[in-house]
Amino acid sequence: MKTNMNFLPRMHRRDWLRSIQKLGFIALGSWFSPSLVFAKKEDADEAIKKITGGAMIKDGRVTLVIPPLVENGNLVVLTVSVDSPMTANDYVKVIHVVAEGNPYPNIFAAYLSPRSGTANITTRVRLADSQRVLAIVQMSDGSFWQGSAETFVTLSACTEMV
Amino acid sequence: MKQQIYRFFLASCFLLIADSSTLAASALPTQQKQSSYELMSPENRVMQDDPSLNPAMFWVSEGESLWNVKSGEKRVACSSCHGDAKKSMRGVATQFPKVIQGKLQTLEGQINQCRVARQGAPVLPYENKELLSLTVFVANQSKGMTISIKETATNKADLEKGRRWFNERMGQLNLSCAQCHEDRAGLKLGGSSIPQGHPNAYPIYRLEWQTLGSLQRRLRNCMSGVRAQQFEYGSPEMAQLELFLMWRANGLPIETPGVRP
Amino acid sequence: MSKTSRTSITMPSTAKKGSIIEIRAIAQHDMESGFRYTESGKLIPRDIIHVFTCSYNNVEIFKADFFSGIGANPLIIFTTIATETGTLEFKWVGDDGYEAINQARITVS
Repeated sequence: MKTNMNFLPRMHRRDWLRSIQKLGFIALGSWFSPSLVFAKKEDADEAIKKITGGAMIKDGRVTLVIPPLVENGNLVVLTVSVDSPMTANDYVKVIHVVAEGNPYPNIFAAYLSPRSGTANITTRVRLADSQRVLAIVQMSDGSFWQGSAETFVTLSACTEMV
Repeated sequence: MKQQIYRFFLASCFLLIADSSTLAASALPTQQKQSSYELMSPENRVMQDDPSLNPAMFWVSEGESLWNVKSGEKRVACSSCHGDAKKSMRGVATQFPKVIQGKLQTLEGQINQCRVARQGAPVLPYENKELLSLTVFVANQSKGMTISIKETATNKADLEKGRRWFNERMGQLNLSCAQCHEDRAGLKLGGSSIPQGHPNAYPIYRLEWQTLGSLQRRLRNCMSGVRAQQFEYGSPEMAQLELFLMWRANGLPIETPGVRP
Repeated sequence: MSKTSRTSITMPSTAKKGSIIEIRAIAQHDMESGFRYTESGKLIPRDIIHVFTCSYNNVEIFKADFFSGIGANPLIIFTTIATETGTLEFKWVGDDGYEAINQARITVS
């Protein structure tokens, strides 16, 4: 059986990871100036505002799936699926995906129509750091809906950069 | 970058405190050998298995095209001598590195040797797109087949040198390959599981590189990981280490082209 | 200056009329984000595919805008309704004059 390296006995590894992540976030803040860390979320908020024109965004109907723990942030499988009948009167017009922790917030925008059949999109994205990713969806009736997912991004071992 | 420093600090502390004795690595029994495929996330495994998702397939297609192109001063294609690669190259990657005409050759080295001697074409450097394409195309013909490197009178000295490279401490962190990949395979280093380090999927599409790369590129990454002087591409030391790693991986199937983080 | 690369399309070649088909489209491209630096500290300029379109018998049925956050060798999986027999054309356009086109035929009964 493989043994895991546990610093705190009898603490489940995932819980340990989560507490380290919280500690790490504070530690991270000491590496970067706080303004840099929060600037990315501000950029994301601004990008979302540009998409919606300031309109209200409702939670629900949108499912965004990314792996909760990522071994390398260079290529992360991301799936968006929207609960929609995709008929001429009620369909998804645009799916926007925005990242809160990337140097540029917009990742992609997909334009659909009643001919799409489903509003399911899969692609592979870059995630610069552990963060929350959002999918903002515009429906044919002009309403906006959103879903999100958080992920913890680690680094591969033994890279070229020393 | 900061995360890496933290991880190496962790690794060094752990390894200094822990028992650091390492016997000369004898081969693991085949049942205990594990491809690092098993340590990957489900998404990355699917990316490797499905040709419509595996980015490396572009290089395999490129290799297939190049196989049939007349090149060099002699205007000869690989296919001129070797015919259909699906037949002639089947099983080849399970036998490399191999001593040919007195020299230990890796697959890349042999391709270059053919280019110079048979095609009158120049040597391609490691990580060159054309060389990677040809190598991954040839190795792909052995996909699913079992690695079988035999120790013979001709390769014995090189194999022993390779075993030495694997077991000797190196670099500022003063670690040997064996200390992580034999003694601590399966344990965690930072967020990643330490693999046994078998070369059965090379060339690989490494997510870290965002492109296809050779085993020697990956080994140089390992060496930079312990802050050691990296072996040069195409050097005898590299070929010897490759030979030992392949021998150590005997029994595992070729997965080329692999996807790895 | 025009540059191009290999692309690959995976989709069914036959389908029942009105059924939903899945299309996988992937292009070989480094998608240089514009946020990386060389070892000497020089910024590597952005060089990405920025739009992908799919037309079905010359009618655009899908479009996607890609930004720097899309991974190298970009893949997109989407669906469409198999309406009629014909040709689907796929086009990728990117920085520095990049353009790639691929096609697939479908027989709808």
